This record gives sequence, C-alpha cells and structure tokens, in this order.
Amino acid sequence: MTERPRLAVVGAGPAGLAAALAAAERGVRVTLVDAAEQAGGQFYRQPAAALGARRPQALHHQWRTWERLRAGLDRHRAAGRILHLTDHHVWCVARDPAAGVFGVHALRGPAQEEGVVVRADAVLLATGGYERVLPFPGWTLPGVVTAGGAQAMLKGGLVLPGRTAVVAGTGPLLLPVAGGLAAAGARVAALAESAGPAALLRQAPALAAQPGKLAEGAGYAARLLRHGVRVLTRCTVVAAHGTDRLEAVTVAALDRDGSLRPGSYRRIRCDTLAVGHGMLPHTDLAETLGCSLSGTAVRVDDEQRTDVPGVWAAGEATGIGGAALALAEGHIAGRSAAARLRGTAPDPRRWAAAGRARTRLREFAAALDAVYAPPAGWAERLPDETVVCRCEEVTAGEVRGAVDPLGAGDLRTVKLLSRAGMGWCQGRMCAPAVAGLTGCPLTAGRRPLARPVPLGVLAALPDTDTGLPETGDDLAEAEVGRTAAEVGHPVADAGPPETD
Amino acid sequence: MNPMELVRARPGASRTVTFDGRPLAALPGQTVAAALWAAGVTAWRSTRGAGRPRGVFCGIGVCFDCLVTVNGRPNQRACLVPVRPGDVIRTQEGTGRDDD
Amino acid sequence: MVGAACALYAARSGLDVRVVDRGPVAGGTTGAGEGNLLVSDKEPGPELRLALLSARLWAELGDELGAAIEYEPKGGLVVASTPGVLAALRDFAAGQRTAGVTAEPVDADRLPELEPHLAPGMAGGVHYPQDAQVMPALAAARLLRASGARLHPGHTVTGVLRAADGTVYGVRTDRGDIHAPAVVNAAGTWGGDLAALAGVRLPVLPRRGFVLVTEPLPRTVRHKVYAADYVADVASDSAALRTSPVVEGTAAGPVLIGATRERVGFDRSLSLPAVRALAAGAIGLFPFLERVRALRTYAGFRPYLPDHLPAIGPDPRAPGLFHACGHEGAGIGLATGTGRLVAQALTGKTPELDPAPFRPERFDTDGGDAR
Repeated sequence: MTERPRLAVVGAGPAGLAAALAAAERGVRVTLVDAAEQAGGQFYRQPAAALGARRPQALHHQWRTWERLRAGLDRHRAAGRILHLTDHHVWCVARDPAAGVFGVHALRGPAQEEGVVVRADAVLLATGGYERVLPFPGWTLPGVVTAGGAQAMLKGGLVLPGRTAVVAGTGPLLLPVAGGLAAAGARVAALAESAGPAALLRQAPALAAQPGKLAEGAGYAARLLRHGVRVLTRCTVVAAHGTDRLEAVTVAALDRDGSLRPGSYRRIRCDTLAVGHGMLPHTDLAETLGCSLSGTAVRVDDEQRTDVPGVWAAGEATGIGGAALALAEGHIAGRSAAARLRGTAPDPRRWAAAGRARTRLREFAAALDAVYAPPAGWAERLPDETVVCRCEEVTAGEVRGAVDPLGAGDLRTVKLLSRAGMGWCQGRMCAPAVAGLTGCPLTAGRRPLARPVPLGVLAALPDTDTGLPETGDDLAEAEVGRTAAEVGHPVADAGPPETD
Repeated sequence: MNPMELVRARPGASRTVTFDGRPLAALPGQTVAAALWAAGVTAWRSTRGAGRPRGVFCGIGVCFDCLVTVNGRPNQRACLVPVRPGDVIRTQEGTGRDDD
Repeated sequence: MVGAACALYAARSGLDVRVVDRGPVAGGTTGAGEGNLLVSDKEPGPELRLALLSARLWAELGDELGAAIEYEPKGGLVVASTPGVLAALRDFAAGQRTAGVTAEPVDADRLPELEPHLAPGMAGGVHYPQDAQVMPALAAARLLRASGARLHPGHTVTGVLRAADGTVYGVRTDRGDIHAPAVVNAAGTWGGDLAALAGVRLPVLPRRGFVLVTEPLPRTVRHKVYAADYVADVASDSAALRTSPVVEGTAAGPVLIGATRERVGFDRSLSLPAVRALAAGAIGLFPFLERVRALRTYAGFRPYLPDHLPAIGPDPRAPGLFHACGHEGAGIGLATGTGRLVAQALTGKTPELDPAPFRPERFDTDGGDAR
C-alpha cells in the first residue's frame, strides 16, 4: 500500500471531474464518489450504456469538453490514480479532527440499502445543485415536471413525458430544455419566461463581457426558432389544469410591477409542463461537517477551501454558476488540495487562467441572477388551498397560518408548526416557496442525514466518531473491499481500480 | 423525430415488466420512470393524505415524488432505479406499507 | 413550552402576561423535543407528583385543544428483555402504584396484543395508560395563543431590572425595557444565564439528546415503547453517552426514536455513535425498523439541575423573580403542572403540591454545585 494521500471527491459532475483530474495529475490518490452510474453529473448526464446511443452529443452542449474530461478520467482510472465509485449515494461525511481523517458514508446501489464508508485524508465537495420551483395551482399534477427533470429524463432515459410541452419559469436553463425537447420530437407549444427583455438589457455590460456565453444563448434561441417555438417573455404560468394529469396551462403576461396583466390570460393545451425558477446548491454534507455557508451556498476562499480544515468545495455547491464555472472552480480546488495534502502551499499563479475564468463567470452568474429573479408578487397570488409542501401536502394557507396566528418567524419554526418540509425530501422542494410565503429569509436547511438512511445501516456503523472501522495493523485489503452485504459496512477505500 | 432516433440509439432487446398487472416492454438501461413514461404512464403513486396521483417531478432523486413499489418494496425512487426483467411495479398507495 | 404553560395559567389567574423570547416560539429545547408526557419513567417522589398533576392538566388541555396540539393519550409500554430486568421493573411499578400511577403488568404472551410488531422473546412489560404525547412546538404555540399573552419574539433579555432594595421590576431587552412586578425565568437550558443576570445562581447545564425521525409509516407502533433500562438512564449522572430507545409512532406518520443522553455542552454537531445507538436500540425493540429509513436527526439540549429536579417558584434571593426551568428531558410533560404552580405562587394561592423540593435556592445550601 502506498503512503500517498487520499482525496475523496464527492460528485462526478464538471466540478468533481475537473477536481479529480487536477489532483490525480499531481500524485494524489483520488476516490471519486458519485450517485450516478456514469460520470457527468446533471450537465453531462449520459444515456445508460445499454441504450446504445451512438450520437449522445445531439442532446448536449460543450461536447468536446466532456470528451476531454472522460478521456482524462479513463486514463487515471486505468493507471489506478482514480477509483471511481459509481452508484454511491453519500449521506454523511464525518471528520475526526485529531486524526485528520474523514469517513465518507454512502449507500450503494439504486435501492440505497447497503452502507459503505470511504476513508480519506481530505474531502472535496462537488455536490452540485437542484432545481428551485415555485408553486402555482396545479403544480402537483402528473405531467408537471421540473425543467431540469425533463432534461434529465431525456438525456438519461431517452424519453419524453408527453407530446406537447410548455416550458416555463425563469432562468438560463429554460432555453436549452425547450430546445432539447423540441429536437427530440416534442411539440413545444410555448416557452414562458417571466423575466423581460428590459431586465436583460439592464445587465447588458456584464453579459456582453461573456461573448461565448451570449453566443451559446443565441444558439439555443436559433434552435427554438427552427422548431417554431413561441417564446413569451415577461410571462408566467398562472395555473396548471387537469384532474388526474396535466391537460392545459394558463399563462399570463406580467406587468412591470409583477402583477398579472388583465386580459392577457391564455390557456394552452399541453400534456407536459417543464417548469423551473433557477437552482439551489446542495450544502447538506458541508453544513454537517461544520463548514460556514454564505446565504445558501458553501463559503470558500480563493483556493476553494471551506473553513473546515481538509474540506474543499467547488461548483454549484459554492453558488450557482453553470458548468464552465464549475470546471474552473474544480480545477483550482483539485490543485489546491493536491498541494496542501503534500504539505506545500499552492502557487495561485499556476492556475491564473482558471482564476480569471472564475472571476469572469462569477460576475456573469451574478448578472444572470439579477435578470432571472422570480416575478414579484408570486407569493401573494398563491391561493390558500394550493399545496406547497408536496411530501406532506401542506397548503399555502397552513404555511401562512404558522406565521399568523401561531407566531413563527423563521423556516424551522414554520416547519415545526405546519409540517412543511418534514417529509421525504426534507424541505428541499418547498423551502424557497415557504420562505417567499412567510417572508422568512431562505436559509440552507440543516440535514445531518443528506439522504434517507435505513436504520439497519445506521445500526451497523462501527462505533467510532467517524463511523470508520478501527484500523488494525493487519487490516486486510481484501477484507475491506466492496463485499455485498445486505446491510453492512465494508470499507470501499482500498480496492483495486475498477475496469469496465 | 423521437429521442431514440435523435441519438441514433440501438438499445438491447426489450424486457417485459408489469405495471399494476399490465405487461409493459422496457428497454435495458432505462429507469423504472423512463420505462413508464415510454409506455405513456405518468402517475404511479397516490399521496397518503389526499390520495392524489403523482409521478416524476425533479427527475434526479431529490423530490421523492416518484416513489413506487417495485417487487414488493415500497418507496423506491422510480427516477433512479433501473428496470430489470420481470419487475413487478405497482402504484404505491400512501406510505406503501399496508399493515394497520 | 414551560414558558407557554406559565403564560397560560398566569393569564387564566387574571394576570397581564408578556412573553419574551430571544428566538421564535419553540425555538429552544421545545422544538427538538418528542413531546413525551410520561409518568412511567418517574419513581415515587416530588417529580412524579408533579407529573401526575401535569398529566391531569394536559388531559384538560387535550379536551380543549385536542388535535391542534396533537394530544394523544396513547399510553406507554415499558418492556423488559430478561426475567431479571422484569422483576426490577415490576418492583418499580409496584412503588409507582402506591404513588397513584396506573401501572398494569403485562405478561410476555400479551405483549403482541399491545404491540404486534415488538421483537419476540421479551420477558414481559408494564403498561402505563397515563402516558401521553403532544406535538411540542404546536402545543407551545397554541398554549401561547390561548393565553392571550402579548408575545415579544426575537427580544433578547440583556438584564433583569432590580430596584435599590433588590426587588425585581422587569427585564431589559435589546429592544427596550419591559416593566413587571414579577419575572418568570422559563429560559430552559439557558435558565442559569438568565438567573445570573438577576445576580443569583442556578446551575442549569445542557445534556444533549439526539432524536431520529423515520419515513412516514402506517400506525405500526401504538404506544410509547421503551426498554426498562431507560429509567436507569434518566436518573444517571454519567457524562458519557447513554442510550435507551423510546420508540413511538406519531399522528403524522413518522416513528420517533429518542433519548440519547450526553453531557457535551452545546455541541450540535452530528454524532454518529449516538444515531448508531438509537438505531440499534430501536431495531432491538422493533425488528421491522431495520429496513425503515431515517429521514432526519436532530439534537436538543435538555436543561438539567444537579439533583434532576426542576427549579419552580419564587426566588427569595431576588424578590419578584420566579423560576420555571431545569426540567431536563421532561419539560413538555411537566410544563402544565409547573405553569399551574407558578401561577399559584404569583397570585399568592396555596400551591397544589408541596413546592419545597423545587426551591430554586436549594443549591446554595445543599452543595449541588455542578460546575
């Protein structure tokens, strides 16, 4: 066994891949732990191999970048520098500050019933983000999906939810989603974007500084034109209609003050509504490790270090900014971790190009954020009877009642008094809506269990602070490999690199 | 055009699964949710409060709306679990557990 | 919770009440509690007397507020895994019966009638029909509302106002002074800090507890079920992690698994050994839980005093100051009785129970310094 330090990278999207490659390049043993069956994350989500896609790039952008990442991953895996653990769903990272050791706890397999723990000397969190969707009447009907969800099902499963789609909400994701759906054969009846052209113009200088990004957007727009997609700006979904599944949506034009323009209501028949209002970072693992957050994102320094020793973060987890920013951050994080794990200080001049890209792309992300704000007044318009917490079926009226008359003043108390956020998803879906409805600031939730964990897996944890087995001198490598116990805790830290 | 044509997919031979007793053809590599969508099914759970139908929402395993019972095991996320030959997929009612 | 109960009973005694909290409603230990209203875990003595009074008052509030506070008189079931533990449990229960507790021995073969999913092979148990449950945050919010008291959430008390003769006449907050002839310290785990602001010592310390919450289930666990060793843990002075699982279903569906006990200060960070012990203990009682998922876990800080009894009543060292804190893990259950005793003390009525064991100044004389 080598004495080279081990870095666990959680997440194999653009940030995690860039980080893993940068660190492996510099002599660090990397364990790349990811929930998907194939690397790529959400942005480069790949169709399952058994589907035999010969031209997956038809559903993707920046394909050459992906090919470079994939080739790098393959090379390092073959050389034993990166151990890629697929289908590993991380639920907790525990740290032993005295020993400087981390236990990365994951549930293995699609059913997520086997516990495994990965040992590491440092951890790099590239956990990505998830979509924010604000509620409206009818948003729980089957056929209403998140914009990212429609895209994920298309990229990964090569399926569409229906024939006629409306894409709505706000944010840079809507254009590629509408374009992808149209290219794959769906009729996209409309794209309703709540931001207006004026908002885009106001941010023009920051946006114009990114000609590449603008060209990307223009490319998406051209694709929509080709498919005859009607793009409605300053327009929002008022309601989704149907009894047991979606049959139509009503959209309406927004006035400058956020109110709905009378007479502008339009009913559009569709069987699919792909809707999204931007993204939120996954911060659970970082929060449980004790990392400081800034708003809803993990706070990092110039080297992408969190304020917990041995913990780095990169990509959407540190603030929503897109795949290009994630690549830059991941690269910097991987280099920093490699240097620090060898006990040396990294020289930021060596990653100057990535650093400049990071600065530029963060400015761009901030400008987009200002453009794509949810329409003012959405919360006031939401009827009391609309379900807000999809898991526990808590209505807007019940959420409002937690504040007045019951006196809640923060998201946690609203949750305790209304049950909004207590269900399976632990408030990931409803927290932004609850915050908007109650006027409470949107804060990152505290979720020590980042995923639901079978009690049998918890009960079988080794009785140590990190949940790692006591390391005896004669710990056999084979014994700590990936045995398939129904419920148990093999350690997945030292097995041979996997091959396909 | 359809998604399979767009990426020039050559999937392996389809396998048969059942959904609420009805046989469906599913492609290898697809998740349960993708197989159900391909068969035109968009709802496979009824909520434990109001008994309302649900299916895929987030599509990436975060929202837990797509919970389904597969081979007798409730609360599987249809958007994550790959379909296997012979799977018995059932609409999940409420908690998915039927003891009193 | 204790503050809300004090507000309710004080208001119903005709007093004008204001409630000051630096956080929101139920922002402290209440929001992390399970809502146990237990008589079963208490040995005969002052705490059990308070628990019996409280149980009666909770039942009244249950009639009044019912579903709004998720009051459920579901009863407790204490089980023993071995004949030796069972003998001790039966002795304990016999003592409780003489103190007015309903405690019905249950033979091993009758356990499945009460809890069909209980692990086989238990030696027997005792059923306590007086044990009940509320949803603590809802209970606190509803009691406050029922009290009609004026709320000042988000107001941090920075001082206790005392006149030249030492009499307390209100509190200073970061958002202004509030004058009152009586101040009730219901600051829970932080009750010692508030006492210190008034210049008196009350050695309240935190004892951390983790709770695990499962996915929603149908009604599979019917009572509050726990192992007989729990009683020994509650009375323990050990600083180390102590775990004895209390497993119970809730009206909303999830099963709650509670009761680790550690003295680690106010450290909220996740303890894997704690959740491991909870999960293992719960599976020991209900094997089906092995495949049930935990959706979340959280920590709370029980306020405990060295003799494991709360501080209730007037503080002779600071006239006008009353205490209602230090209930350790029983604050929800004992809140109503505490509120009633405090209201009686505030209005000069004869207390319903002998308040002497709860005297706040008792640690000045009997050497109970825990620091």
